[in-house]
Amino acid sequence: MTLAATVGNLAAHTTTTTTTAAESQGFLSPTGVEIAFLLVGLVTFGAAVVTVTTRQLVHAALWLVVALGGLAVEYLLLTAEFIAWVQVLIYVGSVVVLLLFGLMLTKAPIGRSPDADSGNRWAALTVAGAAAAALVWVVVDAFRTTWIDLDGPAAGSTEATGASLFQNWVLPFEALSVLLLAALVGAIVLSRKAKADAARTAPTAGAERDTRAALAERDTRSDAEGAR
Amino acid sequence: MNDALDVTLRLLIVFAVFLTFPLIVGQTEHKVMAHMQGRLGPMYAGGFHGWAQLVADGVKFAQKEDVVPAGADRRIFQLAPAVALLPYLLVLVAIPIGPGEGAVGQVVDAGIFFVLAVMGVGVLGSLMAGWASANKFSLLGGLRTAAQLLAYELPMLLTAASVAMAAGTVSLVGILDAFEWWWLPWQIVGAIVFFVAGLAELQRPPFDMPVADSEIIFGAYTEYTGLRFALFLLAEYAGIIVLCGLTTVLFLGGWHGPWGADGLGWVWTLLKTAVLAFVVIWLRVTYPRLREDQLQKLSWTLLVPLSLAQIALTGIVKVVIQ
Repeated sequence: MTLAATVGNLAAHTTTTTTTAAESQGFLSPTGVEIAFLLVGLVTFGAAVVTVTTRQLVHAALWLVVALGGLAVEYLLLTAEFIAWVQVLIYVGSVVVLLLFGLMLTKAPIGRSPDADSGNRWAALTVAGAAAAALVWVVVDAFRTTWIDLDGPAAGSTEATGASLFQNWVLPFEALSVLLLAALVGAIVLSRKAKADAARTAPTAGAERDTRAALAERDTRSDAEGAR
Repeated sequence: MNDALDVTLRLLIVFAVFLTFPLIVGQTEHKVMAHMQGRLGPMYAGGFHGWAQLVADGVKFAQKEDVVPAGADRRIFQLAPAVALLPYLLVLVAIPIGPGEGAVGQVVDAGIFFVLAVMGVGVLGSLMAGWASANKFSLLGGLRTAAQLLAYELPMLLTAASVAMAAGTVSLVGILDAFEWWWLPWQIVGAIVFFVAGLAELQRPPFDMPVADSEIIFGAYTEYTGLRFALFLLAEYAGIIVLCGLTTVLFLGGWHGPWGADGLGWVWTLLKTAVLAFVVIWLRVTYPRLREDQLQKLSWTLLVPLSLAQIALTGIVKVVIQ
């Protein structure tokens, strides 16, 4: 949700700022791409809101698919093709599948879950609002006058992304891989310990911990994939 | 040619392929299975060796009542077959069958990622079906589907990454342009791992634990009838086409062949795809179903290490020949 808002705001903002390169572009000049961008942004935002407000757990996961897919379309419209497909591969194809897997293990009921609510609602809303504000502020501040030339060579093509990743961002990239590797090893250690404990504890507890370890492992792995 | 007309024509051709090829594979499966088991298979529909059997099946499916269980989550239950089927249609658009840009529905810059990403979405259909049916067998099927996908997507991605490293590009067209014949022995381990993992992702025997008809009654599809069930079947066969086409493009050189690469490249692609589809059917008839623990073990202890070894080999050879 925050990302959608961010991207939406970014688009609105960049269209208002005039640069020398973009003098002809007025506020929301109705080119097809911009209209599509706004519409997809609205859909993404709506899906994200439904994701956090619906009382039906599995529906929330499926609305999340719509929101993440919408984000991928936004990336496509911004010519970042590689990021868009990785977004689908990791988030829709892996993370949501994992979510659904977890939900199925919990016997999520069909229909409303009356207890799908939290007393922390306002705290969560505050944190989410603050995070969104910070992100929007940072991104808008950073890209204030940047204008993506949609007709020129794609700025987000696989080649451009790879070149900038491995020329300018190698160190963070490697640091991130080490972090993910540590998480992976940690997940394996956790799951092995669960196996040793299984004889003493109830079988359900062992299974639950296995799932959690698998979950962590899956997450790490898909992130590593994404990074690659 | 006019741009709009060109695009329309390409999409129509892809759609026609999407509608006919799975049926051809299905009919081949009927016949090949029958002959491997010492019987004839369908012989009456259409007259000549039962060629119209699947058309008759389609008519039968269309006539059946479309039942939604009372306890089911109606909308998700009804949406699931479409979610399972459409991704394969999208993937077909990006698979090149001949040399040049004319022989592919749409050139996708990050082709491998597009194809694998969209294929992964198809599994959501099975999960939705498994959960929304309000049936314990379906739920078990859905669980097994998810577990299987989690285990087998990793080796698939790793081996695809190996090919991308070898070719120096992630575009399917680019990979075919860079292909040399000696890639075949170089990438053979990756090819086998990719193909096996793809079979598992399609839930084809011997990896059909999630649909195991003799124990959990077709798993996620237990409650489906008529056309919606037919759509799931169609998705399976379209999946076979896509998997075999992808293996052909990534590992077997696609339109490259000993001769005739100029005009007849597409024949090579189709031939290789057909042979692989035959292997898929062959495996179904020959191998017993793997147990869930065997499934997981095969992936995590055999396929993942093999694909990592393939990546290492690819890297070493790549550095040496430069």
